[in-house]
Amino acid sequence: MRYIPTTDADRRAMLATIGIETLDALFSDIPSEVRAAFRPLGLGSLSEMEMVAEVEALAHRNAGATRCSFLGGGIYDHYVPSVVGHLTSRSEFVTAYTPYQPEISQGTLTAMFEFQTMISELLGMEIANASLYDGATAVAEAALMTERIRGRGRIAVARTLFAHVRRVLDTYTWGSGIELVEIPYTDAGSIDRDAIPEDVSAVIVQTPNAFGLIEDLEGLKERIGDALLVVSTYPLALGLLKPPGAFGADIVVGEGQSLGLPVSYGGPLLGLFATRREFVRQLPGRIAGRTVDADGAVGYVMAAQTREQHIRRWRATSNICTNSALCALTATVYLAAVGGEGLRAIARSNLEKAHRLADRLTASGQFELVFDGPFFNEFVLRAHEDPKSLMQRVESEGFLIGGGEELSELGIDGALRIAVTEKRTDAEIDRFVEVLGGAA
Amino acid sequence: MKTIFERPRLEGASDWIPAPSGAAAEAERALGQGLLRDAAPRIPTVSEPIVVRHYTELSKANFGVDDGFYPLGSCTMKYNPKVNEALAAHPGFASVHPSVDPSQAQGTLELLHRLTEHLIGISGMSAVSLQPVAGAHGELTGLLLFKRYFERRGETARKRILLPDSAHGTNPASAAIAGFTVDEIPSDARGRVDIEALRSMLDETVAGIMLTVPNTLGIFEDGIVEITSAVHDAGGLCYFDGANLNAFLGRARPGDMGADVFHFNLHKTLSTPHGGGGPGAGPIAVSEPLAEYLPVPRVVASGDRFDLDWDAEHSIGAVQSFYGNVLVAVRAYAYLLRLGDEGLREVGEIAVLNANYLQERLKGTYELPYEGRCKHEFVLSAKGLANEISALDVAKRLIDLGVHPPTVYFPLIVREALMIEPTETEGKASLDRFVDAMEQIAREAQTDPDLLRSAPHVASVRRLDQTRAARDPVLTYPLDAAEEV
Repeated sequence: MRYIPTTDADRRAMLATIGIETLDALFSDIPSEVRAAFRPLGLGSLSEMEMVAEVEALAHRNAGATRCSFLGGGIYDHYVPSVVGHLTSRSEFVTAYTPYQPEISQGTLTAMFEFQTMISELLGMEIANASLYDGATAVAEAALMTERIRGRGRIAVARTLFAHVRRVLDTYTWGSGIELVEIPYTDAGSIDRDAIPEDVSAVIVQTPNAFGLIEDLEGLKERIGDALLVVSTYPLALGLLKPPGAFGADIVVGEGQSLGLPVSYGGPLLGLFATRREFVRQLPGRIAGRTVDADGAVGYVMAAQTREQHIRRWRATSNICTNSALCALTATVYLAAVGGEGLRAIARSNLEKAHRLADRLTASGQFELVFDGPFFNEFVLRAHEDPKSLMQRVESEGFLIGGGEELSELGIDGALRIAVTEKRTDAEIDRFVEVLGGAA
Repeated sequence: MKTIFERPRLEGASDWIPAPSGAAAEAERALGQGLLRDAAPRIPTVSEPIVVRHYTELSKANFGVDDGFYPLGSCTMKYNPKVNEALAAHPGFASVHPSVDPSQAQGTLELLHRLTEHLIGISGMSAVSLQPVAGAHGELTGLLLFKRYFERRGETARKRILLPDSAHGTNPASAAIAGFTVDEIPSDARGRVDIEALRSMLDETVAGIMLTVPNTLGIFEDGIVEITSAVHDAGGLCYFDGANLNAFLGRARPGDMGADVFHFNLHKTLSTPHGGGGPGAGPIAVSEPLAEYLPVPRVVASGDRFDLDWDAEHSIGAVQSFYGNVLVAVRAYAYLLRLGDEGLREVGEIAVLNANYLQERLKGTYELPYEGRCKHEFVLSAKGLANEISALDVAKRLIDLGVHPPTVYFPLIVREALMIEPTETEGKASLDRFVDAMEQIAREAQTDPDLLRSAPHVASVRRLDQTRAARDPVLTYPLDAAEEV
């Protein structure tokens, strides 16, 4: 086997050193009945060429990989500069472990520190951790953290979270014995401020919400008393939109996939988590901090480790160990490559293309927007045609749209959700409008 | 090391995409100033060559498996085949949106289904969920299955999880998040679970036990069947932490040892790279009574069509946004196809051979607190070294000698622990060089202890002050200051 460098002669020499005759003797401590019960998979081994052919054949069976996507709902098809993949595939980054030995992990640790700085700036918060698994578990970890701080046993959550985020939040809060109270949305599709319950540890909202609407967070913090405000958001949109931190949010979380990661059928993803400095001891996950070495030179280490499971065990702030480090590096290189001004330009392009498409579709008279409120790059549309047949029609023309089932769960029937990113060209948009039957 | 914020800057925005049309300004006005940022985020605009040089320089301050021997115990830092990276990046996998209709993702769904079947086979258990994305995430998911199981049976008094004092830190932390309390089982003189102590702890308040097999000393619990039977007889369930699966791959299956939940670390055993701390994948295999509680959605096959099944009345729900770390699953599947049964068995054999060889070669120079056959890893103690040289000093000196240090100060039951896991992808020459380095350090402990205390000497930085970072944490670069650079 090409992945194992040991020769037969090495094996014999090593067995002799150990003082045994056979490899079998190494496993005599496994109970014999357990060994006897062993069954192999019935799997032969393939050469690299055969294996590649087999796996690539599967890749080619994913029809959706080559279609023109107007899907969103938390995961978006954005352009990634070529330089990002080249740098993040360097094996010194890819094949390193968690930076427990900082002196030979300065690459990972410096990038973590840059990531924390960029995410704090983007989300408008004082500190950020070095990543969680995904945006959904980031919301769940935020809920657990607010419960540790306020301890009221109840958390209020806007109904307009993405369904995939809500499902994970439901599982985690059930596990921890926290009651979730749902906040309905108004006729305009926004959080109903008059229906926010009292005596909760936190209020969790999402902006842009599951309808694509930008929530106006002005005054919300004041409205909820001393409950903590948790906002889940879309980081790429914050190139243009005012960050939740500017509205007094206590914790800002989000799915970081839009910052340079492929859509990947939903994994790996990147959980963002940012908060106020005063909560640093309550933060879940790893953080890099700046320090100095024995000569006084600047270097980076994992900071505030006493919160973490390998030291605090069952009193840790989270059980997380392996996180999304390489995805965080990808987001860091992406943000370094595009810069703050570049990110704003990309966000503008999303805003402009989505609004132009919405205008053209509604102008045809065959479609209407379900909500009038402000949106970023995603909107909810109702057609004068059954959404199922509409979806099939556009699919047969090479386009992907969706969101209908999730919207039904949220009480909006017969509608679709359309997301437009900077990657959709004018020609694609024209053709899409033509297929949908909107105005030219 | 400089940060990107200290590199030469450009003005304005880079042209990665076509400039937005004039309609953008109109759309912005329609949103209103109250929803817009006052200024672009303060992330500098840097030219592409500067970005490339900066992150290339950072990468060179790292040490990965491709750079050299990485015997980090409990982490299974084996070589990661390059072909797996190419396949994971294939646009056929990477460009599929998670919300597409299953008809648009038949290839990925089939791959996930096949991998699920293989993991069921490797574990010898009833069902598998690929949704957990890390070992600790698998632990939490498994313990939530315990919780649901006892809830359904009306045994709500079962709130305690027992685990050995040698357990990974994630085990107790996961138990706490799943709403359990934790009690530690002492280890016996042979470094194994004290079975009599365990029996005395078992009662109707115990939900189950969490074990690492082999344990974190690298020792196989030869009483494993006795342990799991005792727990089952007392009405409890058995969780197996699969971080150490490399030790018995191709030889034994957790399902035959009495496991009810077993998590895989695909990023350890099945050779997907660690990426500086993730992303990984932590699929769980479960025994028959727990299968109905597994997360949704589940990948199901009907003939040669594959679908996502959301219909599971008693499921604990979802633990990740979609279907787990799909691109990690692609790598693991590719690796399994290359290995086949014969390769899997050889991986286990050589991983254990390498560990026993190193243990035998080093036990005269360093104290070996638990004698006997080890599995894929073993634990030495630095406490017998001259001049009170610590495990940390040994670790830092190994950096000078071109080796990534072992895991230090874990497990907690060994003082000055050095936990060494060579993996199967090191040859004898590499192991012998490591022995030479460890022997050299033991000599230097006598002849030149200050050389060890001040190590490392050749890394990009000298020994770093961890205490300062903990006392007064600086967690972000001061961007206000950066603007004046």
